[in-house]
Amino acid sequence: MSTPIQVPTFNYHAILAIFRFEMTRFGRTLWQSLVTPVITTALYFVVFGAAIGARVGDIEGVQYGSFIVPGLIMLSLFTESLNNASFGIHMPKFTGTIYEILSAPVSAFEIVLAYVGAAATKSVLLGLIILATASLFVPIHIAHPLWMAAFLVLVATTFSLFGFIIGIWAKGFEELQFVPMLVITPLTFLGGVFYSIDMLPAGWRTVSLFNPIVYIISGFRWSFYGTADVSIGISLAATLGFLLLCIALVWLIFRTGYRLKS
Amino acid sequence: MPPTPVISISALGKIYASGLVALQDVDLDIRPGEIVALLGPNGAGKTTLISAVCGIVTPTAGSVRVNGHDIRRDYRAARAQIGLVPQELYTDLFETPWDTIRFSRGLFGLPPNPAHLERVLRDLSLWDKRKDMIMTLSGGMKRRVLIAKALAHEPQVLFLDEPTAGVDVELRRDMWAQVRRLRDSGVTIILTTHYIDEAEEMADRIGVINKGRLILVETKTELMKKLGKKQLTLHLLEPLATIPADLSAWALTLNNDGGDLEYVFDASSEQATVPALLKRLGELGIGFKDLTTRQSSLEEIFVSLVKEQTDQPWSTPPGSIRSSIQSPSDRR
Repeated sequence: MSTPIQVPTFNYHAILAIFRFEMTRFGRTLWQSLVTPVITTALYFVVFGAAIGARVGDIEGVQYGSFIVPGLIMLSLFTESLNNASFGIHMPKFTGTIYEILSAPVSAFEIVLAYVGAAATKSVLLGLIILATASLFVPIHIAHPLWMAAFLVLVATTFSLFGFIIGIWAKGFEELQFVPMLVITPLTFLGGVFYSIDMLPAGWRTVSLFNPIVYIISGFRWSFYGTADVSIGISLAATLGFLLLCIALVWLIFRTGYRLKS
Repeated sequence: MPPTPVISISALGKIYASGLVALQDVDLDIRPGEIVALLGPNGAGKTTLISAVCGIVTPTAGSVRVNGHDIRRDYRAARAQIGLVPQELYTDLFETPWDTIRFSRGLFGLPPNPAHLERVLRDLSLWDKRKDMIMTLSGGMKRRVLIAKALAHEPQVLFLDEPTAGVDVELRRDMWAQVRRLRDSGVTIILTTHYIDEAEEMADRIGVINKGRLILVETKTELMKKLGKKQLTLHLLEPLATIPADLSAWALTLNNDGGDLEYVFDASSEQATVPALLKRLGELGIGFKDLTTRQSSLEEIFVSLVKEQTDQPWSTPPGSIRSSIQSPSDRR
């Protein structure tokens, strides 16, 4: 015990430790984390792409099966980012092992970077795997690959941050599932995953514009096919705005110790 | 000159959002290399005190310094020196002991050191279990895993929150031996317990907490000396009907139908009073066939201290007890 004290100024060892821990958990639950979403997405392509899609025809010049690919990737990305990040921080709270994180020489920024980084990494991997799976069923063209990658990372990070907030806010597993199941999933289905909002009657189109998910899916679809329901600038601004809101909430949580420290 | 404290707690207070006053005006200096036991009934504030020092609970008043580093302003330097073993068995059940202590070391900002981690696991008899999932280990083993996690980053100060709660006698003895070995290696140890014998067996100094206040901090021997009572029982040759007026200078009672004369006195004043009593008895012609003495245990001291606080809440100046029994070096 005579080793001199080493005081980290930036605790990258802690970030790596948490990141590795989270990725190991991902590996342990590979079936639940990866295979299930891939199978679900494949079924969407079978039903909407092959069975129904053949009768729908093209949307904005894009074959229906191909048109739904960006939306389906986003659907999985939202769900997985929220689940991974919320479980990641909620489990230590639930099991009590959070004591070790709170008593370690690690800053709030480093904690968030590690948990959100791990959750976002898993989601991006999943998104890419779904993209690869989709390419087996339908022709896919990516008009703006860099924007596609940027959107993928941005959305994964933003929703992982949102999931991190939910994980801290939730008092139990029921609350943990509340936002992803009862808020995000319905908004995503109504956010243009399976259709262009231009196909809706004028009134419903206006209502849809209040759904923030519309802007994200529209922007991501634009990176594939160059067409969008709303301007790409507005999509990007909406996504960045949500990211900033999440960052502000996380900052507030650590500043006040909300549901972390008494 | 007393050694610089490794932990210096000053006027520490904690009031929870519910209004519960968990800590009030706690002052405590921990010297390097000592074992301090914090003794107190359930809900006394022991865990809150530890949690406040370790960064898990945010104090509402006062300050804590670890080797001169403030736990809030300089939290990295302060926390890097502390290891914490919680009261509950908080473990990642699906991890192995090896992975979980490697995680702990990384969390505290240190690069991997397999040799150190192996030594820690071997010292705690966990080496053979290093690849087993924690969920398959016994309760005692899980507690050792928690100790191993706390030692993974080579802390200078180790907090053990009720380390032997719910463990069997053999494991308790093992843990006591382990704690002594850690102290011998230079680690300062602060443990909470409500087992009096544990405090008596292990600690260099004992602090008693009740209702969020640190009632006293004393070395074990000083505590016994200052607060311990001795009881002298004289088994008389002839029973007495009443205690003679000539013996009123001593607090005597008659028991066993006047056959036993009992004298209870402060442990620290025995030299002055017992010989005088025996001499006076001889002068009065009161003979005795046998005598027994008994010294109050730490448990009795603890119970009387806590009872005193319960019977006499803080309408009197809270520092009165402490200031009357603390040695000057303990006062701030």
